[in-house]
Amino acid sequence: MHMADALVSPAVGGVMWAVSAGAVAYSSAQLRTDTDERRIPLMGVMGAFLFAAQMINFSIPGTGSSGHLGGGLLLAILLGPHAALLAITGVLIVQALFFADGGLLALGCNIFNMGVIPAFLVYPLVYKKLAGQRPAGTRLSFAVIVSAVLTLQLGPFAVVLETLFSGLSALPFSTFLLLMQPVHLAIGLVEGVVTAAIVSFVYLARPELMHAGLPSAAPVAYPLRNLVVGFLCAAILTGGVVSLIASKDPDGLEWAITRVAGTAELKAPDNRWHTWLAGLQETASFLPDYAFKHPAVAEPQSPASRAAETAGTSLAGIVGVMITLLLLMLGGALLKRVRATA
Amino acid sequence: MATIEGAMLDFRQLDQLAAGDTSIHRLDARAKVLVVLVFIVTVVSFGRYELSAMVPFFLFPVAVVVLADLPAGFIARKVALVIPFAAAIGIFNPLFDREIQLYLGSVAVSGGWLSCASIVLRAALTVTAAVILVAVTGFTAVCEALERLGMPHPLAVQLLFMHRYLFVLADAAARASRARELRAFGTRGMGIGPFASMAGHLLLKSWERAERIHMAMLARGFQGTFHLQRSSGFGLPELSFLLSWTGLFMILRFTNIPLGIGHAVTAFFNAGRLVP
Repeated sequence: MHMADALVSPAVGGVMWAVSAGAVAYSSAQLRTDTDERRIPLMGVMGAFLFAAQMINFSIPGTGSSGHLGGGLLLAILLGPHAALLAITGVLIVQALFFADGGLLALGCNIFNMGVIPAFLVYPLVYKKLAGQRPAGTRLSFAVIVSAVLTLQLGPFAVVLETLFSGLSALPFSTFLLLMQPVHLAIGLVEGVVTAAIVSFVYLARPELMHAGLPSAAPVAYPLRNLVVGFLCAAILTGGVVSLIASKDPDGLEWAITRVAGTAELKAPDNRWHTWLAGLQETASFLPDYAFKHPAVAEPQSPASRAAETAGTSLAGIVGVMITLLLLMLGGALLKRVRATA
Repeated sequence: MATIEGAMLDFRQLDQLAAGDTSIHRLDARAKVLVVLVFIVTVVSFGRYELSAMVPFFLFPVAVVVLADLPAGFIARKVALVIPFAAAIGIFNPLFDREIQLYLGSVAVSGGWLSCASIVLRAALTVTAAVILVAVTGFTAVCEALERLGMPHPLAVQLLFMHRYLFVLADAAARASRARELRAFGTRGMGIGPFASMAGHLLLKSWERAERIHMAMLARGFQGTFHLQRSSGFGLPELSFLLSWTGLFMILRFTNIPLGIGHAVTAFFNAGRLVP
């Protein structure tokens, strides 16, 4: 479910960075006021645990394939949402840097899809409601499984939207959705069963740990603000979907997004920037007189000359790319030799 | 991640490259983080059919690999392993975007193939940038740089803790996993039940370890902050590194150099063919 930099546009990456940075900053501020000082080292070690546990595969019954734990929900249940978000963010940063799972620009998207969704949308709004005050037994397992399925439906849904808004994939919305959601329904179910099994194991072995995530002093730890943020996200998502269904026109989609999100000021310079760049790109690289144009062809609009033009441009492009790559390799090798002798 | 041991070995190797001592290694981590961010955003800002204009951006990884004396093969292998995952979504493009964008001789190339190739190229560039950032900086220094650039303190401390115990816990996980594989006679997984109790044991072990570590740290006067060696400053070398690369990225962003070279070369041959 990691999104890669290659599939994210700067606008989408930037917006998701802002959203995730806000959530991380909020969680950090909450933890600073937390009196329980054990939290931070515990978060670090739990992040390391999640990382290690993700590397162990388990077989998925009946399929012959194996999977691994996602763990966002597990950490939220064990550590509480704020600590869990920071631990997951840590895991994602390490994965982005060392394993190139996702990337630096896509980090915001990934933190949102795999951290903010389980910790701030599913955990407080679904898991807590279903599990009740002192969760145990079947009810606990049920709550965990439902929450995991929901997490793994919302996450891929966000991936679909983020990819779509980035505009690099040609997959139509409905096809992409049909590709992602059913697969993740199965994954979510497995994740739910595994998480429920781990949670019940911990519950049996060390029941007192289970309440580390529950704020003991304040029974209502989720102020209205969280709900408002949640509903805002839901509104943005729904706005996107509704407008997608309403029209295939990407401009209509953009319009709807700016309307729902209320960030018209943020989008407008971006669009101008894009068109300006596109215009510049065009004037810089597709000057018509560069291409193979025979002076005899008077009518530049005839299909034959257009084909000749694009053929000329693409040939020039390929030749140029080859030469550039060659120059880069030569330059690198030369520089290496110079360094070695120096 | 083939095996846990293999993955951790790669991890360690990448982190250890940061121990080098070249002009690139000596730069303040913030400058390197910022340049890599500018690089990624610039690369990613190209249009979906853009291909040739992105190629000169390989200049940055090539220059850093050479200047920092990194093992090019190791970096290339790490990058090559990851690209298929990024390209998995792009591979659908040729199915849906069949509009012909250009002709190579008599072969028509559809927009889908172009954008798919563009995604692969972007993936190669961005992944290389992230990998070389770690290889010339090291994880601790990247965290430190991020904190000095505004990352919240609890997250920074958490990241440092995590990095410290990652190897310990990965070792524990690898041992448990190998023990399971030995008992399963080569079957990689053993169902959800054994996995859950294994992961649960690992969890409890980690939890107890965290508590012991924290008590020991408190006993030694830990106040909730890490004291890091912060010798590097943001001086003239950092500023010039940042500005020169950013400037170069902007130039490469707005001019299509390979196309220009290609036009010049093809025009030269064309002229040679026509004039005599």
